[in-house]
Amino acid sequence: MPEPMTVTLTVNGERRQMLVEPRKTLADFLREDCALTGTHLGCEHGVCGACTVLLDGDAVRSCLLFAVQAEGAEVTTVEGLTPPDGGLSRVQAAFREAHGLQCGFCTPGFIVSVTAYLRDHPSPSDDEIREALSGNLCRCTGYQGIVNAVRLAAGLP
Amino acid sequence: MKPAPFEYHAPRTLSEAVSLLRDLGEDTKVLAGGQSLVPMMALRLARFDHLVDLNRVGELASVKRRDGTLRVGALVRQARIERDRTVAEAVPLMAKATPLIGHFQIRNRGTIGGSLAHADPTAEYPAVALALDAKLELASAAGTRVVPASEFFVSTFMTAAEADEVLTAIRFPVWAGRCGFAVEEVARRLGDFALTGAACGVELDDSDRIARAAIGMFGMGSTPLRASEAEKALTGNPATGADVAEAGRAAAAESDPPGDIHASAAYRRAVGGVVVARALRAAIEEARRA
Repeated sequence: MPEPMTVTLTVNGERRQMLVEPRKTLADFLREDCALTGTHLGCEHGVCGACTVLLDGDAVRSCLLFAVQAEGAEVTTVEGLTPPDGGLSRVQAAFREAHGLQCGFCTPGFIVSVTAYLRDHPSPSDDEIREALSGNLCRCTGYQGIVNAVRLAAGLP
Repeated sequence: MKPAPFEYHAPRTLSEAVSLLRDLGEDTKVLAGGQSLVPMMALRLARFDHLVDLNRVGELASVKRRDGTLRVGALVRQARIERDRTVAEAVPLMAKATPLIGHFQIRNRGTIGGSLAHADPTAEYPAVALALDAKLELASAAGTRVVPASEFFVSTFMTAAEADEVLTAIRFPVWAGRCGFAVEEVARRLGDFALTGAACGVELDDSDRIARAAIGMFGMGSTPLRASEAEKALTGNPATGADVAEAGRAAAAESDPPGDIHASAAYRRAVGGVVVARALRAAIEEARRA
């Protein structure tokens, strides 16, 4: 068995240094080693998007990245998107308001993806919203509530 | 699902990377964006004793245009290609193909070199590289060589690169003159692997005749395919009234598509021809406006 390796990274603003097995994905590292269980694992092979986190600001699948690869990186999980007062972020509040979730399993991935997307595309069209959401799977809502939530978060009519 | 154990290596330079590949033996794999390799490892379709991660090899991440050639480093990410002005101006077909790859979260990690080296016959970039006569630069501890795209794709997931070689850059010839480019594909859902697709380029002469046509097909065989006969048939014809439907049929006749649960071979051939025709029509239209 290969030796564990030291990885040093920043997670939600906090510097962490840990020993990890090379094959451990960033998703498992966040959940098991950092106890940040907001990042969910659905498919574990890059299809469902539930494990989406920000890596140096970019939305990525944390199940397709090994924790050792995040050496020196800044990782933001859904826990890190909430404002300091502990309330909901704009995107989170919009999901609650517009019924953008039912069981909630896929929601962290959607919140992270939408947060990154709206930062880069502040007023998307409906088609663009649907394209942006296509990398995250939801089995409950039928997506309409999620599309509405994105519109609401973007301040679109 | 957890990948089998492996030892991880993160070289900082290309020379370190190729030395590792020389020394670590056959069960070593190069890791780039990981958007295809890591799922295969998670599903245990692939396992390796060693991974050599190229993500810290900064020298592989440059985009340079010089003397009619665009040279894209293997580690340049799809998200960057999607918005890079230099790429859009020099090789519009690359810029047009990129949004069709996976989803934006995938493109944030996925690299051009990884996509080409993975050699999925349903992927967009290999067909673009083939259609445009791109050249691929390979490096090993023994030296470097350049392989034309037409010789690089050997079979499904198989390329001309040896186990100790790294794909370091891709050279695209820049088309000058009145050119148009288009990519068309059919997929069950946005971001899915294409059932069939085509990447086309057309150049017109001053009298609106087709001076050059390039047709790359994906999902139509065990490798990306070039529809050379259809290209020849189009060349020299007037752009107005060019029989793109016939060219599509001719291109499909040159293909050997697989059948699977998503589509039969006959379906892929029929739709593949239509997709080629659509891409040609769009490319001709764009060239006429140029």
